[in-house]
Amino acid sequence: MKRVDLSLFVVIALLGLVAPLLLPSYTAQLAMLWVMVIFALTWDLLGGQMGYNSFGNVVFLGIGMYACAVIQRDSGLDYYSALALGLLVGALLATALSALLGSGVLGMRGHYFAICTLGLGVAAGEIASGWDYIGAGSGMVTPVHPGAVGARNLFFYYLFFAIAAVTFFVLRHLYSGRFGLAINAIRDDEDKAEAMGLHTTRYKTVAWCIAAFFLGLTGAGLGNLIGFIDPRDVAFSGATFGVWMVLMAILGGKGTLWGPVLGAVVFHVTQELFWSYLLGWQRVALGALIVLIVVFFPQGILGWVRERWPERFGQRVEPEAVDGEEGAA
Amino acid sequence: MDSLQLLFDAPILNVQLLLDGLLVGAIFALAAYGMALVWGVMNIINIAQGEYVMLGGFVAVLLADAGIHPLFGVPLAIVLLYALGWALYRTIVFRVVDRDLFISILATFGISILLQQLANQVFGADVRTAEGGMGTLFLFDGMVTVGWVKVLACAVALLTGVALWLFLKYSRLGQAIRATAQNARAARILGIDTDRVYAATYALNAAICGAAGALVAMIWIIHPYLGLAFTLRAFVIVIVAGLGNLLGVVVSGLGLGAAESFAGFVFGVEFQAAFTFSLLVVILVLRSRVLARSRRYLK
Repeated sequence: MKRVDLSLFVVIALLGLVAPLLLPSYTAQLAMLWVMVIFALTWDLLGGQMGYNSFGNVVFLGIGMYACAVIQRDSGLDYYSALALGLLVGALLATALSALLGSGVLGMRGHYFAICTLGLGVAAGEIASGWDYIGAGSGMVTPVHPGAVGARNLFFYYLFFAIAAVTFFVLRHLYSGRFGLAINAIRDDEDKAEAMGLHTTRYKTVAWCIAAFFLGLTGAGLGNLIGFIDPRDVAFSGATFGVWMVLMAILGGKGTLWGPVLGAVVFHVTQELFWSYLLGWQRVALGALIVLIVVFFPQGILGWVRERWPERFGQRVEPEAVDGEEGAA
Repeated sequence: MDSLQLLFDAPILNVQLLLDGLLVGAIFALAAYGMALVWGVMNIINIAQGEYVMLGGFVAVLLADAGIHPLFGVPLAIVLLYALGWALYRTIVFRVVDRDLFISILATFGISILLQQLANQVFGADVRTAEGGMGTLFLFDGMVTVGWVKVLACAVALLTGVALWLFLKYSRLGQAIRATAQNARAARILGIDTDRVYAATYALNAAICGAAGALVAMIWIIHPYLGLAFTLRAFVIVIVAGLGNLLGVVVSGLGLGAAESFAGFVFGVEFQAAFTFSLLVVILVLRSRVLARSRRYLK
């Protein structure tokens, strides 16, 4: 590991560990920050690195939420055991669904994939709001954490910090190896990759399963942090979480490792500011922000930095040739 | 399922459901035609389609609240939404026309969220409707009831569709639009201002959706969040019908309306929307599987 990387990790780890102690009243928002980082990283695995822009990753989030809530409601275990089981089942169930859907939905390219996943997300929300076993339209309520409110936020903060760290390092390991090369090849030209003998379907499904696993895990925890699970507005909310996933990765710079993390931080802070100062109009402002970012800033922060200072990223910039004058003379 | 059994025991129920579905389906077909137009001419999948429908619906609702018959909402919605479509094209959409399809989808998705939340703030999240105030038509000895409003809405939708088709076939702007759809570069060489054509197409699409929305307000309900449902319905219809196929769009639209009507009865009203979205996923997956057998994919 390079010196710069190692020191960066240490700094972030320290900050992450002490943040809720320095800013105790913002613990819940800080916990959401790590959730956003996970959202952005998992989306970028599919969208930025593999070229499969998914609007429906929120399906896995919702499945994790509901699975955990049902286990907590029906298993009869004490809080922490039920939560642990719920986390596991939520993640596995989400992964199972992604593996099941994988070969069908991942057979589509580009915008068809995007709209199909969009439909998937919305369909899941509608089905959940009609299914009585999981509370139908009124959703479910997760059990209260034993302990003071402050302790609850702190617990979930460290839970999400841990999940985010694991997600980041797993993805970092994958991107630097054969897997990363394979999914980048799929992004760059899938037909050629397949012609070269790459099992594209297998890699695509594995990538989706990885994303689904971490999203299911996060969903299970998120349902407990928020306290109630509404099928359309919380669990399978395409217009909030679903589109934020995409936006954060693009804002930070899609296709990079740190881009989504950066985008998540900037977006979350902006969103909290909007909420504090604009209240009712914050969603309108977010809609406007989406349009602005997509139209004027699609390369994202890291993309912009890379264009501005390409030498820092290992690209050699040749000095401009002056042959033109000699040719004319 | 008992509902399914009921369909076999009382065949007249099928007629009722079919009629309801077909009448609504004409409106779906209208919105789908607009989407096919924008997609074919500018290669943009307009996710904000449903939001234009919703806004058109609110125009009719506001008119009805002011005491004017909501049928006048149709021409008013056409005019207002045309202006809105033009304005949105000139500010946002023209920047994403030449870029890759994902950026345009995301941009129109952003517009859709923007309009949705604006409507939520301005009009409130309540479900609204615009009373048409017409009687009911009784068929088959009173066993099948159809509100006159529904018949009128279907007629207006079909009329608008015909008017649009005539416009595209015989007017200069319509021919320019069709020329640009066939080959934008050739159209430009022949002196057609493609940027103006794009603006007109996008605005026309918004106007069509506005008209559809005003009709929806009369026969159904309007609330700020029904936009995405209409967008996805329009997308299913366009996918099934294919881009250049007007008759296909009409037939698919009617078919989707009927299918939704039956599904709402068999599965329960709360699953009607779930049926439509699941249908989208199933149709796309089946289509891509069929193409995959010949090693092709949906383009």
